[in-house]
Formats: sequence, structure tokens, C-alpha cells
Amino acid sequence: MEINGVLIDETYAEAFTMHASRVLITAISKRWALVAAQSMAGFGTSVIGCGCEVAIEGVEPQETPDDRPGVWVLLFAPSKKGVQEQLIKRIGQSVMTSPTSACYNALEAEDRLSVGGKLRFFGDGYQISKRLDPPIVGNGGRPRRFWRIPVMDGEFVVEDRFGVQKGVAGGNFLLLGEGVPGTLQAADRAIEAMRKLRGVIMPFPGGIVRSGSKVGSRYKFLNASTNTAFCPSLRRQVKSELPEGIGAVLEIVIDGLTPEAVGEAMRVGIRAACGPGIVKISAGNYGGKLGKHQFHLYPLLAS
Amino acid sequence: MSPVILRVKEAPTGVPLEAESITPDLFAERSREEIEALPVALGNQARRLGDFFQVEGERSDEIEIDGAIGRVKWVGSGMTLGRIVVRGDVGMHVGAYMRGGEIIVEGNAADFLGVEMEGGLIRVTGNAGHRAGSAYRGSKFGMRGGIILIEGNVGHEVGAYMRRGLIVIRGNAEDFLGARMAAGTICLFGQAGLRTGGGMQKGMIVCMHPVELLPTFIYDCIYAPVFLRILFKGLKSLGVQVPPAQVDGSYRRYHGDLAEIGKGEILIPA
Repeated sequence: MEINGVLIDETYAEAFTMHASRVLITAISKRWALVAAQSMAGFGTSVIGCGCEVAIEGVEPQETPDDRPGVWVLLFAPSKKGVQEQLIKRIGQSVMTSPTSACYNALEAEDRLSVGGKLRFFGDGYQISKRLDPPIVGNGGRPRRFWRIPVMDGEFVVEDRFGVQKGVAGGNFLLLGEGVPGTLQAADRAIEAMRKLRGVIMPFPGGIVRSGSKVGSRYKFLNASTNTAFCPSLRRQVKSELPEGIGAVLEIVIDGLTPEAVGEAMRVGIRAACGPGIVKISAGNYGGKLGKHQFHLYPLLAS
Repeated sequence: MSPVILRVKEAPTGVPLEAESITPDLFAERSREEIEALPVALGNQARRLGDFFQVEGERSDEIEIDGAIGRVKWVGSGMTLGRIVVRGDVGMHVGAYMRGGEIIVEGNAADFLGVEMEGGLIRVTGNAGHRAGSAYRGSKFGMRGGIILIEGNVGHEVGAYMRRGLIVIRGNAEDFLGARMAAGTICLFGQAGLRTGGGMQKGMIVCMHPVELLPTFIYDCIYAPVFLRILFKGLKSLGVQVPPAQVDGSYRRYHGDLAEIGKGEILIPA
């Protein structure tokens, strides 16, 4: 298959089930909502070293509970407990600390995790619980409880419980280009297009990863190491996946709330990336042995 | 599903009629004849609902009551679902112990509206009497959840002993609003009477006009609580438009009542 002169590899991306939450951060201005969200999403590129994968969801909310500007953040972790721990840490350290911020659950799910209910203790006994009942809160007929924690600029409002559901992490595709500038431009095009979609994040810096990994290493203490098969400088030293003329490879990793959202993001991203400077597009997998989800490039792009 | 319509045949004028059986929970599965046969009490006399109301329709969780029933008590008490619309004034204890559903009173409601309710929504387009959303004498707590929205004025001790939930009053309130409240939220758009929040332990009273507070309430600061924005946005969904100046504005915060544990708050626009 070829799109705009770019060869599409007949392969698939292998992705995993993870647990996901969506957080809505509001603040006095869009700038301060973004500051809090960026802080929360910091050091959240990969579960391998960060404990979770977290990033700002590209689409902006049209409506927020307090009618202030808001930003959505999606967070993925291997277990519900992992999601809870990361939410407590990141909301507590990055959102609560950010001036004028408030933090709400933005995922309606059966399972809910106590987050505000833990952070409330920061109020040292002066925290106030406020429960609002339906119909004035649209929460699937359930009441919503907020905690008002006194802070130095007024109060930090955080929702008591946050929804958690199964999501998909590790959807990916690889851009094989002639050199760094053209490959990076193509990756930027892909990210720009993918950020218009809801329900997905690309958790790496700027949405792009240049240090793709493989499982295992020659060192006993390391369980992941550089993806040698896609390193141009190692083409003659290892079993390489790179054809002649490839000078740079960049990967885009996608986490989403549903397999459909991940598949759609891959489709949109690959189509946007196909253009000058790109020779081939491939995807990373582990032979189908590790992940529950497989995203085959041909059927995705044919749709 | 078309509603069951109750038309007043013989409105009680002396002894009030106690009609706890007017609730969607009992109407939902009953035929017209069965609804007519539901028990009501006129003083010490056991009577049938059909003696006082002409019943139209059957098996519905929506009830419309056509005509003023100011001497009919306990309408919708303990209801858990459905909807009651009263097209006229209604008597005491409407929606007491209510747990779900909606009651709309297109007129005035007498005393003890929504007392000790746990959930659901009560709207009154007119005035409400004393002790709406409060506790019965001897009970530890009043309203424990749900929403009461009163477009007009209210009497004394509204929200007294309230434990949770929301009371919104578009008009004025008489004395002891939120007295001894343990938690919950009261939003008063009109003028407050005397001793607002007297003895309150926790909870929030928002008074949109200046109010004379008890000396056991202490001024804290002027600030803009984010929670009020959430509350006001929620009120919009009930058709209560809060002026932008009050949504975006700052409030004077007082805490009290220091005669109790003093964790309640009264907010007044600055």
C-alpha cells in the first residue's frame, strides 16, 4: 500500500489494556489552566519509568463545572490502584499547588476512585465537603461531592471521586524518513491532526518519541532498551528493519479510552504524516505475544 | 405515559385531609378504581381518595392535581420516584421524607415543606411556610439530601437542623434561617430575617443582601469561592439565573456560630 508516495508496511501495532481516568482542570484563565495541566502531565511519558502515561487531551472542553476555562488531561496506569496513586500525587502536587485551579472528574464510569477524598486531609480539619444532588449536576443521576480545601489564594475545589475505566495504551506507528528535519515535520503534521480527536493522548514530548524501545536488554538489570532494529546507525550491526536511505525514525505512541479511538487516531495521524521526507510507515509489535489489541495498518488505512 | 389527574370534588374546609397515599409510588401500578380506593384520613375518619378527588387515568408515576388543596396534607410524602404537579396551593408536609422524584407546586405551600427529605426536587412557584427542609420536633437532623426551590418567600426556621441538600429561596426569609444546621447549603436571594444561621454547626448560607448577623459570627475575608460558581451553574439548570455580578463577584465570608463549633459559613456579596 502507498499513500502520497509513502510505502505502508503490512504490519500492525500491538497495544495493551491499561486503566484510564480523565481529569478536567479549570482556572481563572486558559493560561493558568494550561500551566496546571502541563505540570500534572510532566514526567508522564511512559509507564516504564514514570508510573503512568499522562498528557493533555488536545480537544478543549466547551463547558466546565465552574464556567471557567478548562483543560482535559488523560492518565493511564497499569491498574486502578496505580491510577489512584498517580492522580493523588499529581493533582496534589501539580494542580492543587497551581494558583486558582480546581480539579474535576471528567469520566463517567462505573468504577470510581477516591482522590479528593484523600487530598482533603491537606485541609487540616478545615476542609469542607459539599454534595450536590441531581438534577443540578449531570452525573448520570448520581450526586457529586466536592471538597473545598482552604489554600492561600482562597480555596482549592477537587472532586471526591474520579471515574476509571479500561483503556488502551501503546498504539503506535513509526515514521521512517530520509533525515531528521523531514521526519520531524511529518510527525508534527500527524500530531497536529491527531490532537483534534477526543479520547486519545500522545504522551511523549510534543507527542513524539525518538527513543523507541524493545523488550529486554543485554543487561540483567534493565527490562527495556533501545529499539536497535530501527536505529539507523546500527543498520549494519544488528538485524535491522530499515531499508537503504533511511536517516531517521520517529515514533508516535497513542493511548486512548477505547480501541476505536486509538485506531482512528492512528488512521488520521498516518494519513497526515504521509508526504515529503517520509519513505515508509511501519508499526511496533511484539509478535502478538504481549498485547491484547492489534491495530493492522492496512485495514485501518483502507477505511 | 399520561399522568393520573386528580380533580378536586370536595375540598376540605375544616379538618384537614391527610393524604399520604397521593404518591407516584402507589399510583404507578394501580388501576383507576384502586387509586380511588386508596385510604385517606379526615380527622379520625378513614375515607377513600375517591371521596375527595375525581380520578382520571391510571398506572402512571406522574400525578397532576387540579385545584387548590390548601387543606390537604402529606402530598408526595416519602415518594421515591415520579412527578407530582399541584396546580394550586397545597397543604402542610408536602414532600416530607421524600427520597426521589419531583414535586411542582404552582401556588403556595404551607408549613413543613420537604421536611427531612433525602432526595428529589421540590419546586414551589409561590411562597412556602415555616420550617421548610427542616427537622420535625425531636429529630436530630432536617433535610438530608435533595433540592427545594422556592420562588417566593418563606417563613421561620427554614432549613433548621439541615444535614445535607440545597434550599434555594428567590424571595425573602423570616427569622432563624438555617438555625442549627449541621451541613448543606441555603441560597437566599431576598432579605433575611433575624438570627440567620443561629446555632449552625457547619453548612453554607449564601445571602444575596446584607444581613444582620449574630455577634457569634466572625468576619474572615473577601474572596470568590469557586464552589459558588459550581452552585450557580447548577442553579441555571433549574431555571434560576444568577446575575453575572454575583457569579463573578466576591463575597464577604463569616464563620460561626461560635456558640456551637463554628464551622458554618455565611457568604454575602462584597
